[in-house]
Amino acid sequence: MNEITHQPAAEHGEHEHHVTPPIVYMVIFGCLLVFTALTVGASYIEMGVFNPIVALAIGVIKATLVVLFFMGVKYSTKLTKLTLGAGLFTFLALIGMTLADYISRAWGRW
Amino acid sequence: MSDSTAIANGAPEAQHHEHPSYQRHHFESVEQQADATNFAMWLFLLTEIMFFGGLFTAYLIYRNWYYPAFVAASHQLNIFWGTANTGVLISSSFTMAMGVWCAETRRKSGLVLCLVLTFVLGLIFLGIKTIEYSEKIEKHHVPGFHYSVKNFTDPASDPETYKEYKDKPMPLDMARHTELYFFLYFAMTGMHALHMIIGIAILGFMIFRARAGAYTGGHVTFVENFGLYWHFVDIIWIFLFPLLYLISRHQ
Amino acid sequence: MSTNTIVSLPDQSTARIPKVNFLTKENGLLSWLLTGDHKRIAILYLISITFFFFIGGALAGLIRLELLTPQSDLMATDTYNKVFTMHGVIMIFLFLVPSVPATLGNFLIPIMLGAKDLALPKINLLSWYLYVVGGILVLYTMISGGVDTGWTFTTPLSTHYVNTNVMSTGLAVFIAGFSSIFTGLNFIVTIHKMRAPGMTWFRMPLFVWSHYAASILMVLGTPVLAIAIVLVALERTMGIGVFDPTKGGDPLLFQHLFWFYSHPAVYIMILPGMGVISEVISTFSRKRVFGYTAVAFSSVAIAVFGFFVWAHHMFIMGISNYAMLVFSLLTMLVAVPSAIKIFNWTFTLYKGSITFETPMLYAFGFMGLFTIGGLTGVFLGTSGTDIHLTETYFIVAHFHFVMVGGMLMAFLSGIHFWWPKMTGRMYPEKISQLAAVVTFIGFNFTFFPQFILGTLGMPRRYAAYPPEFQVLNVFSTAGATILGVGYLLPVLYLTWSLKYGEIAGNNPWQATGFEWQIQSPPLTENFTVTPIMDHEAYDYEWLENQKAKEVASVG
Repeated sequence: MNEITHQPAAEHGEHEHHVTPPIVYMVIFGCLLVFTALTVGASYIEMGVFNPIVALAIGVIKATLVVLFFMGVKYSTKLTKLTLGAGLFTFLALIGMTLADYISRAWGRW
Repeated sequence: MSDSTAIANGAPEAQHHEHPSYQRHHFESVEQQADATNFAMWLFLLTEIMFFGGLFTAYLIYRNWYYPAFVAASHQLNIFWGTANTGVLISSSFTMAMGVWCAETRRKSGLVLCLVLTFVLGLIFLGIKTIEYSEKIEKHHVPGFHYSVKNFTDPASDPETYKEYKDKPMPLDMARHTELYFFLYFAMTGMHALHMIIGIAILGFMIFRARAGAYTGGHVTFVENFGLYWHFVDIIWIFLFPLLYLISRHQ
Repeated sequence: MSTNTIVSLPDQSTARIPKVNFLTKENGLLSWLLTGDHKRIAILYLISITFFFFIGGALAGLIRLELLTPQSDLMATDTYNKVFTMHGVIMIFLFLVPSVPATLGNFLIPIMLGAKDLALPKINLLSWYLYVVGGILVLYTMISGGVDTGWTFTTPLSTHYVNTNVMSTGLAVFIAGFSSIFTGLNFIVTIHKMRAPGMTWFRMPLFVWSHYAASILMVLGTPVLAIAIVLVALERTMGIGVFDPTKGGDPLLFQHLFWFYSHPAVYIMILPGMGVISEVISTFSRKRVFGYTAVAFSSVAIAVFGFFVWAHHMFIMGISNYAMLVFSLLTMLVAVPSAIKIFNWTFTLYKGSITFETPMLYAFGFMGLFTIGGLTGVFLGTSGTDIHLTETYFIVAHFHFVMVGGMLMAFLSGIHFWWPKMTGRMYPEKISQLAAVVTFIGFNFTFFPQFILGTLGMPRRYAAYPPEFQVLNVFSTAGATILGVGYLLPVLYLTWSLKYGEIAGNNPWQATGFEWQIQSPPLTENFTVTPIMDHEAYDYEWLENQKAKEVASVG
């Protein structure tokens, strides 16, 4: 009967469309500005090998905040999270495996 | 004569769906349409991740190989403008997120305001980029035929930067590698700016439609999906900024 | 000589093509050029790729003609370089990559899932237009003197040492790449979000699984090719130095980016063909595909592993020994899922009721030739042997076995299999079987000698070669002539069948799957009521029950 027209794939159809309240956006906005100031400051401090690590870490934190809250991934379906994960994985595979070649060239012959 | 053998177990269907005018006929419901288009936008963003991925790969390799050149070259970027631009872009992400909220809660004037703010902030970002680029062009730091390594082999020739960073004169072969840094700078920020321009153009279109109430009647997918695109462009910059501007300001 | 066949056609004296179908629904050029109907777009693609296939084929003919003699006497060596480059570019980007997905995939995936269309019909149409623009740019390139870098655009040759049309070809490939991305994107969204009630992931036809896997590769891999092309363009125009050793750049970086796409690209090309083979083998053995889950997962496994092996194209180019080791090992891994498929198809045949209609002939050809091609791939993936075999005719033979003996045969299998569904008419069986056999014979004569030439040391991409290689080359060219006939015949008889073929009816092959339960050709909206999937895939008993319930219509 008519209930059969319910799509199996559309458990997302039942998915509550989460509306993030503005206060969350404001807090995240503030955090992003703070982290920006932090990363600028960190570049003036001599930390040796940790400089790039700190810079990238702060970048990852900022990006994570944007992804989770501004883009709403925190409240999204598993499929969205999986899709994002797949993209990141492939991105890291490209960078990682290409860099592995370059880094290991310096190791010389066996 | 038509020989459409209907599937024996086919579900009995209402003769004519009641569905909103913006629902396309190949979709069973608005939820399915919204779901599908949202997923499609995420997949498109995946292609963008991989597209920029190639540039990030190039950056990581050459930064590792020519670190001194990259440090010296990055000093040529104005940290004030870079930080300002980062702030501008983060703010535009905030206003865009607020715009999505306005669309979801059917606040038409709020939505228009947010879109206009995002639009303006985007233009400010591009304006600052123009200032930065023209400075680079003047100083012959654009890779290609007019590229000059003078500022690196003889740092005193650039008094402003020299005052701040006191770079030592660089041997010629390492100085030539600064051209690679600037190629990456222009390619990555240029590609990013291209995406901003496209985004701003779409924003212009959206403002026009938002004023007509197109997005505050329950059909928010366009605004939401554009928001995803805009935030993604912001995230690219979140990584470009430290990688290009903040390599090392203490050396 | 057995007349054993499963073909079941309606009574030809009373059968008619249904008056209302997607071909007759609207008339006029604009209704085709502005269509959103996935089936019309599929037909548009079919016409376009056939056009480019024959151009690519003509170029192949020129190559083989030149190679009849050891000297470069038919054309200058520079011209020869252009001929094989254009042959590669056209065949790969304008034929193989879109072949099954853009024609059969576009046509069938919504129907197989029980949907009315793909998720994004306008994007689908855009994808065709992008293909056409890419194709026009390639034609422009050919007219304005061609490009001679090889389809692989290896730097620094393509960036610093040639003044041929690298830019226009690069732009063409860039644009055609987006065509591919949009097709894949559309498929992924449709498969996730628009399956009919009851159509769970593991009830979908394996054709859909293969396209899903190929689409993932299209979406994630093609953008890297795009950026590689952009960088080549910037290097050529502005001299930015990214691939220029004098400025500190590394030419090998281009190859990393290029092959990061181009290896998954070969799986983009072959996976949809494997999907066709699953459908055809099942139908013509009257048996469900053995190990459905294994075949489904192996498609995804090929896609995933396919991302990790690209540097096996670069073993001699200067990558580190450690990278060589890792990529060689990973390449061994990627062969496994393909082998799983071959085993499963073989087990499907075992104790099946096999008949030898044309699609099945092509499928048998596929299984044999793809196996040979795939096994030779293992020799090439082994870095020790690759050092000797790479850049010889062994490689040329290897990829032609998998792409032509494999993929092109699968494409022809699919076209014949679904021809009655798309057009409402059957193709002529006897001549098509002849064409399949001619193709198989021609193919082996053309490409098997090339394995031998490769092991003997004949390099690829050379217009002139040492005279001791001539005999095998003559064999190869003779075979190519036969192969050409084999490919020409389908164009002729399929066109003939549009007017004179027998009326096919809904299900001439007595196959399972939603597409065989609707009229031929289908309605624009595919289904009058949304179908419900209440049985497993390849359920021939369900089909028996359906036929028992059917009442033959009168008059």
